[in-house]
Amino acid sequence: MESYKDEDFAAQAKSILERYPREQRFALAMMQDFQRKYDYLSQEAIRQIAAYLQIPSGKIYSLATFYKAFSLEKKGKYIIKVCDGTACHVRSSMQILEEIEKLLGIMPGGTTADGRFSLETVKCLGTCALAPVMVINDEYYGSLTAGKVREILKKYGDGGGADEE
Amino acid sequence: MKSEQAKRKILVCCGPGCLAVGGREILEGLRSRIAAAGLDATVEPVIKGTGCHGLCEQGPMVRFLPEDISYCRVSLPDLDEIVEQTVRQQKVVERLLLVDALTGRRVKSQGENSFYKKQLKIALRNTGEINPLNIDDYLERDGYRALAKVLFEMDPETVIAEVEKSGLRGRGGAGFPTGLKWRQCARVDNSPKYVICNADEGDPGAFMDRGIIEGDPHSVIEGMVIGAYAIKAHRGFVYIRDEYALAVKTMLEAIRQAEARSYLGRNILGSGFDFSLEVVRGGGAFVCGESTALMASIEGRVGEPRAKYIRSVERGLWDQPTVLNNVETWANIPPIILRGGEWFSSIGTAKSKGTKVFSLVGKVKNTGLVEVPMGITLRELIFDIGGGILNDRKFKAVQTGGPSGGCIPAEMLDLEVDFDSLTAADSMMGSGGMIVMDERTCMVDTARYYIDFLTEESCGKCSPCREGLKRMREILNDICSGAGLPGDIELLEEIGGMVRECSLCGLGKTAPNPVLSTIKHFREEYDEHVHRKRCPAGICRPLTTFVIDGEACTGCGLCRKNCPAEAISGEPKEPHVIDQSRCTKCGNCIELCRFNAITVK
Repeated sequence: MESYKDEDFAAQAKSILERYPREQRFALAMMQDFQRKYDYLSQEAIRQIAAYLQIPSGKIYSLATFYKAFSLEKKGKYIIKVCDGTACHVRSSMQILEEIEKLLGIMPGGTTADGRFSLETVKCLGTCALAPVMVINDEYYGSLTAGKVREILKKYGDGGGADEE
Repeated sequence: MKSEQAKRKILVCCGPGCLAVGGREILEGLRSRIAAAGLDATVEPVIKGTGCHGLCEQGPMVRFLPEDISYCRVSLPDLDEIVEQTVRQQKVVERLLLVDALTGRRVKSQGENSFYKKQLKIALRNTGEINPLNIDDYLERDGYRALAKVLFEMDPETVIAEVEKSGLRGRGGAGFPTGLKWRQCARVDNSPKYVICNADEGDPGAFMDRGIIEGDPHSVIEGMVIGAYAIKAHRGFVYIRDEYALAVKTMLEAIRQAEARSYLGRNILGSGFDFSLEVVRGGGAFVCGESTALMASIEGRVGEPRAKYIRSVERGLWDQPTVLNNVETWANIPPIILRGGEWFSSIGTAKSKGTKVFSLVGKVKNTGLVEVPMGITLRELIFDIGGGILNDRKFKAVQTGGPSGGCIPAEMLDLEVDFDSLTAADSMMGSGGMIVMDERTCMVDTARYYIDFLTEESCGKCSPCREGLKRMREILNDICSGAGLPGDIELLEEIGGMVRECSLCGLGKTAPNPVLSTIKHFREEYDEHVHRKRCPAGICRPLTTFVIDGEACTGCGLCRKNCPAEAISGEPKEPHVIDQSRCTKCGNCIELCRFNAITVK
């Protein structure tokens, strides 16, 4: 994940923005590109998009807060998404979530103090046969039990193991 | 001989479920082994959008053609044996065959499996059969023939008449007649016009649209070009959930290939008809599945619905006439054109024609996408195709229609499923999610789950939905935590009625359904929660006490060893006991016990 602190942010922002014509209908697509590249939307990114489209930054901000795809804050290195779609819910996904909350000491929406993990819930990953399921970055873990969750988090938690592929 | 050999195919499922358990590695592994062995068979990645008998639990799936052998749970160490036995000698590796959940027997091919016997595939006709990233695969199976027929043999009026004759109704939820929608839009004298494909599949527990786009994107494209021709539109949009990264990628690639072959773009196939198609990625808002909100989102605005006194067919996207249909609806168009509206309308019930794709999930043995003729009974769906309830527990209810739908109880298992029968049963067809629930599912908790979801997803524009749902959520939280008061159930009904009557859009109007339908069919369970402070399913923790029946307990120790709170004690072969002061009511023991010795007090 790239950081907004990069000195050439202006140039990189430009390269994203100029993929699109200056029409408001491309606002979401631009925001998605920033979100994907930097993992969240910084104030500066919002300002740049607004300036490019020649609309108030408040408009971009309202899109950013309305749509769930966007985050205004930096996330942890590993983003754990626990599925609470209906199929997972009836197969006790809430127990899985509680186990993770207990292990990491954070609630959904939170990030651990060391910046290692962010915890989120999502409604349906579309892999209902694996229920209950969670995704850590792009890795799927299915048919979870509290015990399995402990094992999996250990892999990510010890500073080595599943680090940097 | 050579051509006979060349027809052999190995289809490796690369759907999200199988990818999650290593489908890609199996694909690559088979490719490299077959190349190294110099064998004459192509390994093609095919998205098995179908559930293939609990596809994901049993994935990765590999299928061999023309022998039609299907293997499940294939792992890397199996590959050498597969290449030697099945690819080289055409022998079956017994242990990798699927077990039919209904008969318990191993079966060689998909056709022999009960899961497939009652299915009829129209929308899913190519899903799992072709490589979605190769347009030639689609062309081989009559792809774009319907488009050619439309462009050179039919005028727009005939196309609309054919779709009307088919009786096709919108598969996105409301079931509006597709032909009528097209006719209304065609009648409007105003251009430009637009067509939109709604692939903002937001219902939790549903993945029909994703299955079709990832498995057979061209059928959607072809349907859209035909629709555009019928209403004289020249631009179209496919609005796909951003979370569906693979669907977005697959659709973009399919559009590129279709453009290269002149099925999209200027002067399509030399007919003089122009049509271009764009993918728009959604931003993750459930309400954008509502058509007017979706159009606002395409325009780059916040996705709030508008009142529909002027319909989208007159003023939709950028206030221009617009036809919006769901993925599955579009995918049904090419076969209707090719085989005729009469053929399509010969399938199904009096008022619901054709087939419907359901995503059958929850506490059912065979999880997956199934396509069945309208009018099939819930019992056939859940027990014959679905193979019954996980761990052979007791069936309690099936939830249909997504968050706007309702729960249908066991007494109504023989209901014939179509648009109207589900509505009459206080639920709805919706986009086709079907979540099976057993005795360990609490209906109050289920209602709360949906209201939670809807409260978060309410766009906030109109107050009945925004405020009404919040109040309902508070009451349900009270009931589930043991703080329910007499009169709460009636209050839920009253607020629910108000939200249903007064909300602006279809989502708000249907939002109270999960509560109202569970109260109607499972009122006793609500009463237990409110008046006796007890959750009979053992899900709402403050209202649950698990006990071990000393008579039934064999002292096997399974629950004791697996209790995360170490709350169970007992000597081997002696009845165990639960220490209530330590028990966290997680329900692990009741799920594990093989002797039904653990009960909810």
